[in-house]
Amino acid sequence: MTGIISRRFGGKRRPAEPGRIPPGQYETRDFQVLSAGPTPRVALEDWDFRVVVEGCEERRWAWEEFCALSREHFVRDIHCVTKWSKLDTEWEGVSIDTLLAGVQSEAKYAIAFCDGGYTTNLPLADITGGKAWIVDSYGGQPLAPEHGGPARLLVPHLYFWKSAKWVRGLRLAKEDAPGFWEALGYHNYGDPWREQRYWND
Amino acid sequence: MTDAKPRTVRAPEILWRAAEILEILSETPRVKSLWLRVPSWPGHRPGQHVDVRLTAEDGYQAERSYSLASAPETALPGREVIELTIERLGEGEVSPYLTEEVRAGDRIELRGPIGGYFTWTVADGGPLVLVAGGTGIVPLMSMLRHRAQRRSNVPAWLLYSSRDFDDIIYREELDRLAAADDRLSVVHTLTRGAPAEWSSFERRIDPEMLASVAPRPEMRPLCYVCGPTEMVESVSNALVDLGHDPERVKTERFGPSGD
Ligand SMILES: Cc1cc2nc3c(=O)[nH]c(=O)nc-3n(C[C@H](O)[C@H](O)[C@H](O)COP(=O)(O)OP(=O)(O)OC[C@H]3O[C@@H](n4cnc5c(N)ncnc54)[C@H](O)[C@@H]3O)c2cc1C
Repeated sequence: MTGIISRRFGGKRRPAEPGRIPPGQYETRDFQVLSAGPTPRVALEDWDFRVVVEGCEERRWAWEEFCALSREHFVRDIHCVTKWSKLDTEWEGVSIDTLLAGVQSEAKYAIAFCDGGYTTNLPLADITGGKAWIVDSYGGQPLAPEHGGPARLLVPHLYFWKSAKWVRGLRLAKEDAPGFWEALGYHNYGDPWREQRYWND
Repeated sequence: MTDAKPRTVRAPEILWRAAEILEILSETPRVKSLWLRVPSWPGHRPGQHVDVRLTAEDGYQAERSYSLASAPETALPGREVIELTIERLGEGEVSPYLTEEVRAGDRIELRGPIGGYFTWTVADGGPLVLVAGGTGIVPLMSMLRHRAQRRSNVPAWLLYSSRDFDDIIYREELDRLAAADDRLSVVHTLTRGAPAEWSSFERRIDPEMLASVAPRPEMRPLCYVCGPTEMVESVSNALVDLGHDPERVKTERFGPSGD
């Protein structure tokens, strides 16, 4: 904190509902795109979702099998580390609880892995208990490729880089290890309400 | 991206600092550059950005990201200066303030450098393909300035899309850099009409244009694409279609365009 007041700065985007916009964020109605490289391409015939527990594959669903799992429809606010927040976004997909049901493990952490090589790490407790989903539908439409289609992880209570696009599976592990952005100086946990943007926040 | 598994970056700390505005330059009718002195600036790599934070009288704060335009070589111990280049978006909250309200001598809060993936230094080699739309030129300019400062002979191509001739940011400096360097090619395209004597492209960047400007995929160039979301999406897809390795195409999206 350096305590500088910006002379004649009034601010134009004060949140209408302050309790819903975390510090340093502003509300946008667009759905912006952020990724480090080109949008990967994968044919649905080649798509699968895997759960790997301490190195061994425990579960695998092909696209059709994934689509047959029980689905949830829900509305959440999302917060991107590049400062925008979007309220009341509407999603449909499969709860991580459904995907991990019956998996026996002492793991405390999960790494989401993706087409294109992206990874992100999360405490298992943050993606279970109704807090995270693999979604394949946004706003009632199939999820567009630039937004992570065919399917992405959605963990709305953390900064949006944790909601890995083009996700292909979860690796559960006893040890925590930084993912892609986490290794590049972004925060390991990423709670928008505590403004945990960069590693030392 | 798989090969690019980065080293864990743990230093320097990303702290808020009070930066003093030294000089404000007009780049185009809507774009200004701010030269700032940042006490104990830790240095940066071309491609990185800073977060700027404005605070109103009542404590309300707004934060936005701005790329570093200057070469790292410009900021030396004892001479800790950086340049930001900002386009005014008419209804925006922060960019009109930074382009219209601030004066030399004012102080603003910023922190950085931030971002470790969309970066290039001479040590990364080449060939280098840079594709910019509008203010997307800013981080790529830092790369070109760094390349020139270091007298690197890595071959480099810049394809730069602007609306009008008058909207081309850093036009004269780019001309000078290209004139002084056989291994640097700068190609412009204008999307909203061009002056009568214009001899370069007059349309949005498309696969054909990329194929004619960029080196062949077999040369395995490192490609950096920066600009409005839609432009970055279409250019990066086109590069992959042309046969470039997706793992050598890095992108940075500044958000929706002002179009
Ligand atoms: C990593 C990164 C680096 C960036 N680097 C730069 C940089 O070097 N230079 C730079 O200028 N910007 C850069 N940006 C963009 C910058 O962070 C801001 O988003 C931009 O300045 C707009 O902020 P604002 O507060 O003025 O507008 P906001 O109040 O955030 O409003 C922006 C929103 O309003 C709309 N909008 C506002 N005005 C207009 C208009 N006139 N026409 C159309 N739509 C409009 C936009 O669609 C957008 O949704 C960067 C962004 C990122 C993520």
